Amino acid sequence: MTNIQLKNVSVDIPIFNSQGRSLKKKILGAATGGRIGLTESGKTIVRSLNQLNLKIDPHERIGLIGHNGAGKSTLLRVLGGVYVPTSGNALINGRVTSLIDISLGIDPESTGRENIFIRAALLGLPRKQVLEEMDNIIEFTQLGEFIDMPLRTYSTGMHMRLAFAVSTMVTPEILLMDEWLSVGDKEFQERAEERLNGLIAKANILVLASHSRQLIEKCCTRVIWLEHGNVVMDEKPESVCKNYFG
Amino acid sequence: MSNSGLKDIIKGFKCFGLAVFLAWTDIRQRYRRSTLGPFWISISTAVMLGCIGVIFGGIFKSPIQEFLPFLACGLIIWGFISQCLTEATQVFPSSEAVIKQLPLPLFIYVLRMVTRNIYIFCHNLILIPIVLLIVQRPVGLNGLFFFPGMILLVVNITWISLLIGIICARYRDMAQIVISLLQVCFYVTPIIWMPSLLPERTSAMILGPNPVYHLLEVVRAPLMDQMPTLQNFLFCTFLALFGWLATMFLFDKYRNRIVYWL
Repeated sequence: MTNIQLKNVSVDIPIFNSQGRSLKKKILGAATGGRIGLTESGKTIVRSLNQLNLKIDPHERIGLIGHNGAGKSTLLRVLGGVYVPTSGNALINGRVTSLIDISLGIDPESTGRENIFIRAALLGLPRKQVLEEMDNIIEFTQLGEFIDMPLRTYSTGMHMRLAFAVSTMVTPEILLMDEWLSVGDKEFQERAEERLNGLIAKANILVLASHSRQLIEKCCTRVIWLEHGNVVMDEKPESVCKNYFG
Repeated sequence: MSNSGLKDIIKGFKCFGLAVFLAWTDIRQRYRRSTLGPFWISISTAVMLGCIGVIFGGIFKSPIQEFLPFLACGLIIWGFISQCLTEATQVFPSSEAVIKQLPLPLFIYVLRMVTRNIYIFCHNLILIPIVLLIVQRPVGLNGLFFFPGMILLVVNITWISLLIGIICARYRDMAQIVISLLQVCFYVTPIIWMPSLLPERTSAMILGPNPVYHLLEVVRAPLMDQMPTLQNFLFCTFLALFGWLATMFLFDKYRNRIVYWL
């Protein structure tokens, strides 16, 4: 069964400056009892998530809100299995797909078609499935002949269209998004919207971080308001949005 | 938290196909930039081989039939070792974007890098039959030891790369240290000079404890139609065992921290 359980999850992110990055400084500091080398420790720890408890059941549509630096992206990374919590337990059952940075793993020297294979391989899609869906993708991106040209010849819009099409090829159980993906010209946006809605409908759990009230109210069944790594509110969209957006 | 390193490595081997595919894309990219692709490296190796072969062959007064194949094998294998270890310093930072988004095992980035360098190594290997042909030196059955030797070399290079990768992700000045150390290794290891030139006692003192010498020898000797010594094989086997144990200990401990260091 697809679900997510976070128990007392804390994430501390070390921030190094050049002092903390240096082995020489560290050895020199240790050898001289801290008199030489370590002018400052060079390591600052930022607590991004603080003792978070969270349970997400199947079919929930979660909205994440909060100001910049509130811990939304960190939480998405914990849910995506990238960050393992510094303390506490994160149980994530289900195949996670994250649409946080869709231009990931794109190689400018390869052709559009090759990039589809690279991206699909990174996402763990079998080659057979990619071959089956290839025509669909090419049609969807409307790249036409360009699909067999190196990616560096693409315009920004074409680039994004390809990245979008490949990233949305998967059938996710848990879908993570950082802001709504909006790419291309008006006409493409409409089709992208349609495809994204289809993807969300198929996903068992959606976690969407956003600054848009309209979007949150449209997509979500539950909203979590984060501030400095703590949960401020965790309720129905109407009540949280009323408090947060005023 | 424990065993996270071991799990990562097991998962990494399960994704071996992905690592090979990515390594192959890297190589394909090199071919795309120029028609000769990775053969450019073979050409530069060949030029170096010619120069060093003539000059040092003259200085050491070594017979060319003996010295040139020795030098060719040594340089090519050393090229593989030093390229792997140099790239290992950046193996995690260079894949930061992917690491921070997809929960793939970290070990596949090491596998990808080593596989890519094996491909390049194979390109360079073509020079060896050419050299053997030029100096009219026959290949014998001892050449078959190349395969176990190569396996030992790759197994060892993999743990060293992983170890360097972990440390360099945390301490960025480590990369310079590794590169300087590699330079030293190049000179203390018999690559451009033959061990037979040293007095026997010095030779045993310099070569015995030098892991690079043993790693080189298990692959080079078969190509020269000699059998690597038992000492070579034992050293490499134990190096692999202890190296993997120590690296696993470190990787278990820090696997989950690496992403925070990037």
